[in-house]
Amino acid sequence: MIEVAINFVLFFMLITTAIAAARMTHLFAVVMLSGTFSLLSALLLVTLDAVDVAFTEAAVGAGISTVLMLGTLALTSRTEKPSSHSPLVPLVVVVVTGAAIIYGTLDMPNFGAGDSPAQLGVAASYMERSPHEIGVPNVVTGILASYRGYDTLGETAVVFTAGAGVLLLISGLRARRRREDEEDDEAGAGS
Amino acid sequence: MFVVAALALFLAMVLVLVRLYAGPTLYDRVLAVNSFGTHTVLFIGVLGFLTGRPDFLDIALLYAMINFVGTIAILKYFRYRAIGDISQIPGDQGAGQ
Repeated sequence: MIEVAINFVLFFMLITTAIAAARMTHLFAVVMLSGTFSLLSALLLVTLDAVDVAFTEAAVGAGISTVLMLGTLALTSRTEKPSSHSPLVPLVVVVVTGAAIIYGTLDMPNFGAGDSPAQLGVAASYMERSPHEIGVPNVVTGILASYRGYDTLGETAVVFTAGAGVLLLISGLRARRRREDEEDDEAGAGS
Repeated sequence: MFVVAALALFLAMVLVLVRLYAGPTLYDRVLAVNSFGTHTVLFIGVLGFLTGRPDFLDIALLYAMINFVGTIAILKYFRYRAIGDISQIPGDQGAGQ
């Protein structure tokens, strides 16, 4: 009962935040509102007991994307241009997509149902086997690091490659800018 | 008792959201987002005790850290009009002094 009330209040705040963000034209305020939106969705995920997903949402949504969007604002304009087309077509697309997604949830098992496919599959056997096969107290860690070890290794390699690539690109850009600045200075001194 | 605390937190959140929507200045909004982050931390704590499982208190601490770093980034944007690479901005020499 209390959790239902909490969910209602949080969803109400989420919807009002979304509407306010959609109606605002000052982009800095929109960035602030999107940060609040992520914090609210993180709170909703915490009430759903998905603490790890909630933390990812807060770190990526409220932390990194706010910083990235502010960096974008620093490079571009701070106010929204008035759009030239009618908002009717995007609205229809969004409503149809949302209706399709809600229709898709009708087949899903209830929240926390014991007979959902996730509970009936291999989960029980992993719960049984992992303590004596692997010896890690946390079953999720055991699955990630041992049963799915090669998969996790591949994921880590992909993330590392992406990070190294971004760092290389940024450092190359910086070095080029510095060189151009020095050339400008020399040209200014010579003229 | 924790129900009362949760209700009071919701009331505080609504007040902060009103300030966030209405503005009027950008600093009001920055302060509102920062304050809302603090309310998130508090609400995670209250929710843990409300459901009888206060295991997530350490995660609330992490939220406090994210909130702090985010606010620093926003204020840095206000000060320098850029997030990274400050030395490249012309006419900004010695702005930190």
